[in-house]
This record gives sequence, structure tokens and C-alpha cells, in this order.
Amino acid sequence: MRRHLLSAADLTRADAELVLETAEEMRSLADRPIKKLPALRGRTVVNLFFEDSTRTRISFEAAAKRLSADVINFSAKGSSLSKGESLKDTSLTLEAMGADAVVVRHWASGAPHLLANAGWSRSSVVNAGDGTHEHPTQALLDAFTMWRHLASGTGQSLDGRRVAIVGDVLHSRVARSNALLLKTLGAEVTLVAPPTLLPVGVEGWDVETSYDLDAVLPKADVVMMLRVQRERMNASFFPTVREYSRRYGLDGRRMSTLQDHTIVMHPGPMIRGMEITADVADSDRSVIVEQVSNGVAVRMAVLYLLLGGSESALGGPGDASGGDDQ
Amino acid sequence: MSGYLVRGARIVGGRPTDLLLEDGVIAALGPGLAYDGSEVVDADGLVALPGLVDLHTHLREPGREDAETVETGTRAAALGGFTAVHAMANTDPVADTAGVVEQVWRLGREAGHCDVFPVGAVTVGLRGERLAELGAMADSAARVRVFSDDGRCVADPVLMRRALEYVKAFDGIIAQHAQEPGLTADAQMNEGELSGRLGLQGWPAVAEEAIIARDCLLAAHVGSRLHVCHVSTAGSVEIVRWAKSKGWNVTAEACPHHLLLTDALAATYDPIYKVNPPLRSAGDVEALREGLADGTVDAVATDHAPHPHEDKDCEWQAAASGMLGLETALPIVQQTMVDTGLLDWAAVAQRMSVRPAQIGRLSGHGRPLAVGEPANLVLYDPASPHVVEAAGLASLSRNTPYVGRELPGRVVATFLRGTATVLDGRPAEHASTGARG
Repeated sequence: MRRHLLSAADLTRADAELVLETAEEMRSLADRPIKKLPALRGRTVVNLFFEDSTRTRISFEAAAKRLSADVINFSAKGSSLSKGESLKDTSLTLEAMGADAVVVRHWASGAPHLLANAGWSRSSVVNAGDGTHEHPTQALLDAFTMWRHLASGTGQSLDGRRVAIVGDVLHSRVARSNALLLKTLGAEVTLVAPPTLLPVGVEGWDVETSYDLDAVLPKADVVMMLRVQRERMNASFFPTVREYSRRYGLDGRRMSTLQDHTIVMHPGPMIRGMEITADVADSDRSVIVEQVSNGVAVRMAVLYLLLGGSESALGGPGDASGGDDQ
Repeated sequence: MSGYLVRGARIVGGRPTDLLLEDGVIAALGPGLAYDGSEVVDADGLVALPGLVDLHTHLREPGREDAETVETGTRAAALGGFTAVHAMANTDPVADTAGVVEQVWRLGREAGHCDVFPVGAVTVGLRGERLAELGAMADSAARVRVFSDDGRCVADPVLMRRALEYVKAFDGIIAQHAQEPGLTADAQMNEGELSGRLGLQGWPAVAEEAIIARDCLLAAHVGSRLHVCHVSTAGSVEIVRWAKSKGWNVTAEACPHHLLLTDALAATYDPIYKVNPPLRSAGDVEALREGLADGTVDAVATDHAPHPHEDKDCEWQAAASGMLGLETALPIVQQTMVDTGLLDWAAVAQRMSVRPAQIGRLSGHGRPLAVGEPANLVLYDPASPHVVEAAGLASLSRNTPYVGRELPGRVVATFLRGTATVLDGRPAEHASTGARG
């Protein structure tokens, strides 16, 4: 089985569905009085965070603890400008401590890839968000949430479901991973953003794109709003917050054009009043809080499968070098 | 025993001939020269080219002697077949005064592996605010003719105009690192579909092309000489071609890595492939080769950029830009230009020796291999495929992207004014090579 989860592109459809099915089992654990499995007893999971992200870190921490793993949180703040200990030395240190899995969040795109492939460590590497590249467990938890709402019942799938991902696609690792994973799972993805916030070359991605949110909403089964940082305004990605909200924000009027079954998602943290209004975020369609609890279940499934919960768990034949993950 | 008798070399790929190198010049030339007691160099099957001239070398001294020194960098140059290199100004302190350029020049003379021609900074501290003392550097012992803020672009159009005008007084040239800074903030790799997928900030071709177009117009307007460093895009080649068609005094260089490698390598996230300007698309590589073939691109320049290991053994965004180039330049030009039928050896001599020497206004380099000319030459074996090994490099640094790649040929010997700097592919014991050309 694969040793690492670096990109949503690493997952075949069978891999992804196995994660979702395993996550469903893990989720049922939440209803029990004792929310803990002995599966990873004696294994060590390190949360290596080079960038602040409390919600992702505690989600992974809860997931590992519910599987009885030992958890070490390692916060190594630093940027390309203020160099602290190098990624290599940090990695060698964790290797010496006997980490079985390293969950890494990093400001640099590709840092998890480097950790997995540079030969510094034998740990499994889970990408918990790297720069503006990918965030594969977020995509898995998003897919899991969609799956539960739109594909419940055995044998159901996301085939042909329409997912609109709206906002700052250019800087969003969530959008990249979701676009990859949702295609793998058979859904149709439309990226909606002002042209300045779509990556150059997006026409080569296997997705639709649109500049017109109102045209996309009535056909969508899922609307996923992305966080948009105010500071982007200063770099002229859009003129003002007000104009952005008018053209690309999800408010009550726009929500009324959605189909009855359509759900509204957001990876968080939300900026209420910017990309989403409070009445939408708190509406019945919103599954934003459920995404958080699903996140724990999905991360349990990922850790469980990566660390040997099932030999057929996450992918193809063994590859000790891990060299083909990208 | 005063010289060398080179037996059976093919001058720019022609018929085998002998060359007698004596007193710093080519003393005799022709098949079957009589043995006169000189040391014989068997050059059967080897191509003889005039000693290569690099317009773009980072020797890192003063300031970053952990990456390269004048001594190690020029030894690497000699092993690559070079007899002259232009040492870029982005040292610490910056080569923006007569004192610094003379120091670098003197270190080059002391090392003796090849001639070092310091490049002077255009602006004080490379800061792009006001002109450095270009005239003082031109009048110094280093006799600087090429000025560049390389590593940074002279982005201010007024400053660029003034620099172009000012160097006319001493037949200088401004070598521009064409990179519009506003369009390339935090840029990491060629902007295209792959940069979007990889989440690496894009370095768009237009940021290079817009500056080149502006500078061509400025050079024409003030009637000065412009040299464009490391052109990397198809559009840049088109603009230079257009400027030349107008009869403007614009020259350009391309780097070996831009003739061979593409941006697809960024998908490895291995910073060994991080370079500025970045590796571009296959279409750009094709256009650069065509431009070099038809003379739009005048010269091959290495942009030899040594970096210590730790500056490359890290995250892509944290890594330094640049790669080694001196020791692999000629084999890569063979692979990309000669073996593909785009250039013959005479044209390689033009692109790697004659034209760069003319652009740098070097009188003693880039000369034809003829009787009475300076004995600056390289003997090259184009049928010696070998795999590049990092341990075999003379450079202090190891940041070459070619480790493990097979290159088609190798430098066998290099002579600087009749003195061997390289023999049998290894550095030769050398005496001081004396006066400079």
C-alpha cells in the first residue's frame, strides 16, 4: 500500500471510496460512549506544523488519539525569510524519535513531497496543507460530507453531481485537492471566480470555469465557498471587498436560487459578510459544522489505512522508496 | 621545452591538422609538422575550438567563498574549455567600484586558469537607484566594458536610459537581467498550467519580454549597445529578432540549461531545478535553439551560479536560484545544437567564443585559430559519452542538475596563451600565464 498521502491525485477511485467507507465506520464511533479504538496503540503520530492552523491540528490530534496513537505536536514556525531549523534537520529529529507518521502543514508548496522523497525519514507523510498546492484530507472530508448527503445508501456515488467551488481558487490548496478528488469520484466541478483569482492554465484542468456565480448556482448540487483574504484587495485581485461580495458572495437572495437538496459548504475559517452572509452560514443548507466532525472521522480513516489498518488500504503495490507519489 | 605540438586536431571540425603552440601564440599550423622537441598532445579525432568565452559567470568572490572562489571557479571554467569569463557583479561587496573590480581581476590573474573580466554593477549596490561609477571601472586596471546588475533588473526606465547613454563614452555595454519586478514578486517557476497545479508562484514570460522590448527601444533611441542576459522565452527571441531586423545594436545570450531542460522538472519540487529566469516550456526551448541557430541569439552564456549545499537542500521556495554551468556547457551545446544538426562546430566557435569576445570587447580572445594568433584554444572530444558525477566537478559547489545524465563529449585540453590549463581532462600544472589580452 502507499505510504504517503501527498496529493489528492495519489488516490484512485477505489482508494478514495475505501477512505470514505472507513470514515463512515469511524464516524459511527462518535455515537458510542467510549470513542476510542486500539488500532494504532504504540504508534507515534507527529503533527509537524510550520504554519498556524489550530483547527487542522486539533482535528488530526483528535483522530490519532481516538485510534490510541501517541501524538506529538511540533510547531516549527518560520518562513523563507526567517530561517530556523531546516526541514531536513527537523525531519531527521523526528525520524530519530521514531515517528510512524508525520502530518505536515507547511507554507511552502511541495514541502510534504520533499519530506517523503528526500530520503531523510521513513515515516509516512500526510499532507495537511502545503502552500498554495494541496490539502488532500480536506478534500476527502469534503467528499465524505457530500457523499453522506447526496449519495447515501449502498452503491450510490457522486457520479454526475455538480459541485461549484467559488472564490479564491488561485491561492486555494482546498480547491486544487477538491478538483482532483471530485473528478476521481465522478463529480463535475465548476470553479467560479473573478478571472484574477483563477490560475493561469486552468483551462488545462479537467474542470469547468465560470465568472458568473448566478448562472452556476441553479444547477449546482453543492456550493463550496472559499475563504477570500481581504489583503488580496491590496494586490488588485479585486477592487473592493464590497464589490467582491456583490459579485461572488453567497447571500440569502442567491441561496434562494438553489435546488432544494443543494448543500452549502465552507472549509473554514469563514469571513462572514465577505464570501458568505451569516444567514446562509447558519441556514439549514449549511453543512459547515458537520464538515468539522467529518474531518476527524476522515483523518482517522487516513491514519488507520496508511499505518497498516488494511493491507489493501490506500492504493497499489508496495513501494518502499515512495518515489512515485507525485 | 617551450611549447606544445598538437597532433591531428580538427579545427572547428575541419580536416586534421597539427598546431604548434609557442610563446603564447600559434607558431605553426598544418598537417605533419616536424617534431621540434615540444610536448606532443595527441588530438586525433578531437575538435579544436578557440578558447571559450563566457559572458555570464558568478564566481562569488568576494563574499561567498563558501560557494565558489575565483580560483575554484576559473579552474572549473578551464575544465569546461573556457579561456575567459566575465565575473558578475553581485558579490559582497558588490562590484560597483574600481577597487572591487580590480580585486576580482587580480585574483583571476593570480589563479591563472583563465582570464577574468569583471562585470561592473550598473547601479550602486545593485539597488537600482543611482549609477555606479561606471567610468572609474572602465578606466581601472580591470578595463570593464560590460556592466550589469544581474540578479536584478535595471527596472527604472530613466536609469536604464542613462546607463545606456553613459557607457557610450567608453564603448561599454549594458547587460540587462530582463525581469519586470512587479510581475515577478515571489515568482518560483515558469507561469503556466504546471505552476497553477503545483501551487508555485508563476514567473510569466511577459515579465521578461516587456523589459526586453522596452530596452531595445531605449537602446535604439539613444544609439547605444544593449546585451540581453539569459533569454528564456520564445517571445524574447522574437523581440530580439525584430530589434536586429531594424539594425539596432542588440545582442543576446542563452544558457545551456534553457536549451535542454523544461519546467516539467519543477514537478519534482527538487530545487536543483530552480533557476532564474526559470526553466520554460518545450516550445520555448525549441525557439531558443532556433534563435541560437539563426544567430538571433548571439552567444551561449553559462550563468554559472554556485550555491552551497544547504541553500538547495530545502523547500523549493526557500532555495536559492541558480545552477552550475561552466563544466557542462560545451557538451550540452553539442547535444542540443550540434547533434541535432542546428549548428556546425564553426558556428559553435562563433556562439561560444567569437561573438562573446566581440560583445565584451576582448581583443585577445575569440580569435581564429591561425598562425600568429593567441594560443587560446580547447580540444574537445565529441565522441566521449559519459555520465556526470558531482564528485568530479572542480567547482566548490555541487548544484548541477546534470548529475546522472549522460553527456556526449568532454573537454580534453585547454590552452591559455600557449599554457595548458587542462590536459587529459584534468587541471594541468601551470605557470603564470602573464599578460592579458
